Amino acid sequence: MEISMTLNGRKIKASIEPNTLLIDFVRAQKCFSVKRGCETTNCGLCTVILDGKPVLSCSILAARCNGKTVETLEGLQEEVAPFTKFLAEQGADQCGFCNPGYIVNFAALLRENPDPTDEEIDFYLSGNLCRCTGFESQRRAFRNYLNYKKEQEGAK
Amino acid sequence: MNEEQKKIVAGYKTVGKSFPKKVSSQLLSGQPVFTDDITPSDCLVVKLVRSPYAHALVTEIDTKVAMRIPGVVAIYTYKDVPQKRFTHAGQTFAELSPQDRLLIDQRVRFVGDVVAIVAGETEEAVDRAIKMVKVKYEVLEPVLDFRAAKDNDVIIHPEDNWQALVPVGADNKRNLVAHAEDTHGDVDGIMDDCDVVLKHSYHVRPANQAMMETFRTYTEIDRYGRLHVISSTQIVYHCRRIIANALDIPKSKVRVEKPRIGGGFGAKQTVVTEVYPAFVTWKTKRPAKMIYSRYESMIAATPRHEMEVTIKIGAMNDGTIRALDMYTLSNSGAYGEHGPTTVGLSGHKSLPIYTANCEAHRFDYDVVYTNVQAAGAYRGYGATQGVFALECIVNELAYKLDMDPMELRMKNIVREGMTMPAYDNEVANACALDECIMRCSKEFDWENKKNPVDLGNGKIRAAGMALAMQGSCISNVDVGSCTIKLGDEGTFNMLIAAADMGTGCDTILAQMAAEILDCELDDISVFGADTDASPYDSGSYASSTTYITGMATKKAAQSLRTNMIKIAAEMLNKPVEELEYNGDGVYAKDGSGFVSRYDIATKSMCNNTIPATVTASHSSPVSPPPWMAAMVEIELDKETGEVEILDYHAVVDCGIPVNPALARVQAEGGITQGIGMALTENITYNKKGRILENSLMNYKIPSRLDNGRLNIEFERSYEPTGPFGVKSIGEIVINTPAPALVSAIAKATGVWHRDLPVTPQKILLNMDYE
Repeated sequence: MEISMTLNGRKIKASIEPNTLLIDFVRAQKCFSVKRGCETTNCGLCTVILDGKPVLSCSILAARCNGKTVETLEGLQEEVAPFTKFLAEQGADQCGFCNPGYIVNFAALLRENPDPTDEEIDFYLSGNLCRCTGFESQRRAFRNYLNYKKEQEGAK
Repeated sequence: MNEEQKKIVAGYKTVGKSFPKKVSSQLLSGQPVFTDDITPSDCLVVKLVRSPYAHALVTEIDTKVAMRIPGVVAIYTYKDVPQKRFTHAGQTFAELSPQDRLLIDQRVRFVGDVVAIVAGETEEAVDRAIKMVKVKYEVLEPVLDFRAAKDNDVIIHPEDNWQALVPVGADNKRNLVAHAEDTHGDVDGIMDDCDVVLKHSYHVRPANQAMMETFRTYTEIDRYGRLHVISSTQIVYHCRRIIANALDIPKSKVRVEKPRIGGGFGAKQTVVTEVYPAFVTWKTKRPAKMIYSRYESMIAATPRHEMEVTIKIGAMNDGTIRALDMYTLSNSGAYGEHGPTTVGLSGHKSLPIYTANCEAHRFDYDVVYTNVQAAGAYRGYGATQGVFALECIVNELAYKLDMDPMELRMKNIVREGMTMPAYDNEVANACALDECIMRCSKEFDWENKKNPVDLGNGKIRAAGMALAMQGSCISNVDVGSCTIKLGDEGTFNMLIAAADMGTGCDTILAQMAAEILDCELDDISVFGADTDASPYDSGSYASSTTYITGMATKKAAQSLRTNMIKIAAEMLNKPVEELEYNGDGVYAKDGSGFVSRYDIATKSMCNNTIPATVTASHSSPVSPPPWMAAMVEIELDKETGEVEILDYHAVVDCGIPVNPALARVQAEGGITQGIGMALTENITYNKKGRILENSLMNYKIPSRLDNGRLNIEFERSYEPTGPFGVKSIGEIVINTPAPALVSAIAKATGVWHRDLPVTPQKILLNMDYE
């Protein structure tokens, strides 16, 4: 079947099988940041933004995204750059495999709530598993970024 | 550290400082750097037909119908594979693990064991073909209880070509993977003389590493006609040997490369997916790929060895621990990977913690085959199981003696300079364990938190503690190597075969090289790992990379520095004795000349015979233990049995942390994995031997709502045999949560849980309402 969508700001048309999952579709479109860590919607690695809302691309048919807007980390580079360097500073990237999922989800959180508390961050990202870090370095990085942002805004 | 050591450490410019990882920007922007991202997708899809039975013989297998499905290219059964046995364990040859595998065996030994390899052009075709392969089995009685495996009538590996290359007490006709007995001193006599003797058994289940990237391998024939393997592996060189053994082809025909690895934790120290697409590619000469699902990673991979550790401790009323007696029963599952070695660590890397007053110790073990998924290497590698048992019984002893468990430990722990009889008589050259405990207790406020408090709202607050140790390599075995090249413009290329699986070794090894070459970290580019390009390295496991490959890196950098001075000597026409290197270049001590690193590099490529590429290797006769103390505060809900972690403090002595930020994340990650093992990560089987926790939906690894707040500090010691005073950090950090949490739960409920994980159900069912 034919679908069209806006993927990372680019209008695309493609021919897909009816059972193609969004994760496999975007990877076929060379959005390799989108990862599969499970088959049971538990890991959060495949998080993308669909019409402004973070979703698990492993549990959405590509066909359902016909006419919609999909954003993956490839299309969010400028939006996430201000906070990813704080993650690097903490060594929170570690193996890197889960990074795109939680980074996209944190970007989605900031769109909804530009100044979240630590508890709100933990809650929002609770579906983004990471086996390397124990999450603390991510918490520190997000807090450092939010504090830095406030300082910058205060200075203006 | 003594004053001289403090001075040395204070002089470091790059070592001991936090830098972002060398691959940070690639990883954080989601670049395609992992196996499935960088390899072609239009290759053969390889999957396996798996056994539904725990123990059976394949009597008939018919692939004709399956082969007719469009897109199916090849199906291989036990009739098609080489008949020489080999092991999947990524260990130095001759492996201590028995040679007990075939690519496909007629006998299947666990639910999920391989029955056939299916390769096809699409996943759909392969999935259909798997269903169409007709298999008839003669179902055999399985051995599912590891306590009944030794000398069972059912023999799991009766085959005559089963082989143990090294005498480890293995006997396939008795279901034995390994056996040993080792006694120092009059254990029984001293036990008789003790005021208090406690004996208990502690059970640890086969926890799964659950790294976010499952196992995956791509294979192709390269332009020289050799088998080129790109795989998510910690052990490129062992992998090459194992693949060649499995295919029964010369090692020289195989090249193994690893891209970025999405987590390993030991799982990828064993061959899992590599051999199947390799076989398909070798047979068909077509590129092939195998991507494990999470389900496969849970049921047919390489989890922790299930162990039951029985420990007896003898002490006096004043808390003097005089004798330790440990027996470990380890379950290797269907195959023997890492069986003979993991078990050793349960004793050798736990008992030395209580060296001070221990007059005698015994450590015996059996490792058995059963008809469940084979175990492998998982962070901690047996030490985790041993430390769990030892630290639990020490906490129980403190309770029995009505002593503060911290005070009991301070009385008995190993101190710097002591010889450790339970650790091959190695000397604890660098040991800040006492300082770790004191600092941890201060930061945690142990004095005020150690007694449980009933909060009056149905919840109890309680605290627990534990110590841990590990090693820093496999002594007299592991080889680390590093090649450093001086290149254009005076920058450096570093080639390694140690595997950065997220751990940060690319970065910390470059920091070590930068320290010696007196350059910026960015002046060093890192490449790894590829058996055709990297110098030989055992690979990244056994906590050895920082300590062993680190020393090789230091040596290589030193030798390149020396050679750069030699090249400069020719340029300046002066003897090397009159020259010195200062990072920018080489200058004459009398101020009469200078050549820059840039110019030396240029000279090295024109009319030069002095090597500007050097390789160094290292191995160590000792394996200095890192040490650690941890304390945890929990809130236990008496109504639900739920345990909430409030606060986890740990102080680690890993020698000198090369990159404190990365070392901290190692500790936080390891502790969180340990919390999962202690509280939620369960593995159970049905009566037929099928694993029930076969997805991340029911195998519950901690989320960011589950691990409380972690506070990590470092107490530095200086290990004289390590580069820059380092030891290791990677594995030790998983060892404290289980015993610390069990003791906190015991304080809250009065019940000592000796079977992990301690789930809310177990807590409720065993609640001591007195």
